[in-house]
Amino acid sequence: MIKSELVQIIANRNPHLFLRDVENIVSAIFEEITDALAAGNRVELRGFGAFSVKNRPARTGRNPRTGDAVDVDEKWVPFFKTGKELRERLNNAK
Amino acid sequence: MSGKTVTRADLAEAVYRKVGLSRTESADLVESVLDEICDAIVRGESVKLSSFATFQVRDKNERIGRNPKTGEEVPILPRRVMTFKASNVLKNRILRSHNQRKAKAAK
Repeated sequence: MIKSELVQIIANRNPHLFLRDVENIVSAIFEEITDALAAGNRVELRGFGAFSVKNRPARTGRNPRTGDAVDVDEKWVPFFKTGKELRERLNNAK
Repeated sequence: MSGKTVTRADLAEAVYRKVGLSRTESADLVESVLDEICDAIVRGESVKLSSFATFQVRDKNERIGRNPKTGEEVPILPRRVMTFKASNVLKNRILRSHNQRKAKAAK
């Protein structure tokens, strides 16, 4: 399923809304999550999962081809932990 | 870092602010967007949200795990897990704003 298909499903369920409104709704949700993570906040959606940002400290890596040491900067990466309810549904719905 | 936790209510508030529906309807729509994503994943579909992330389902085989406290071997049964792969847009956005904050803090 891609974003446009998700938008279409929601639009079909809500015939009183314009497709453009539904697009804006879906975008607003993911923009809000993105903004929160960019601000260093956590996003916790019970039953779905939790988004957070993890810090990866600076380290000395190696170019696997040449074996040269390279400095890798500290970085922040998005992380997602699946919610309990969804994890359980994934394994019972078979 | 402010360390605030964003919840469904904040997502609903964002929809209310940006789209101009009632608060109740905004909350319902947030719920149905999350529900549709969950349902697709449970059906085994991958969900690709461009410029955000991809959610996929992976099948894990059975393997032998170990209780780290007792050292006891325990079988981990085959199961399905959901994976999250952030898009480059999301990763870069997070990296950029954290680097900016770090630069500001260093001044």
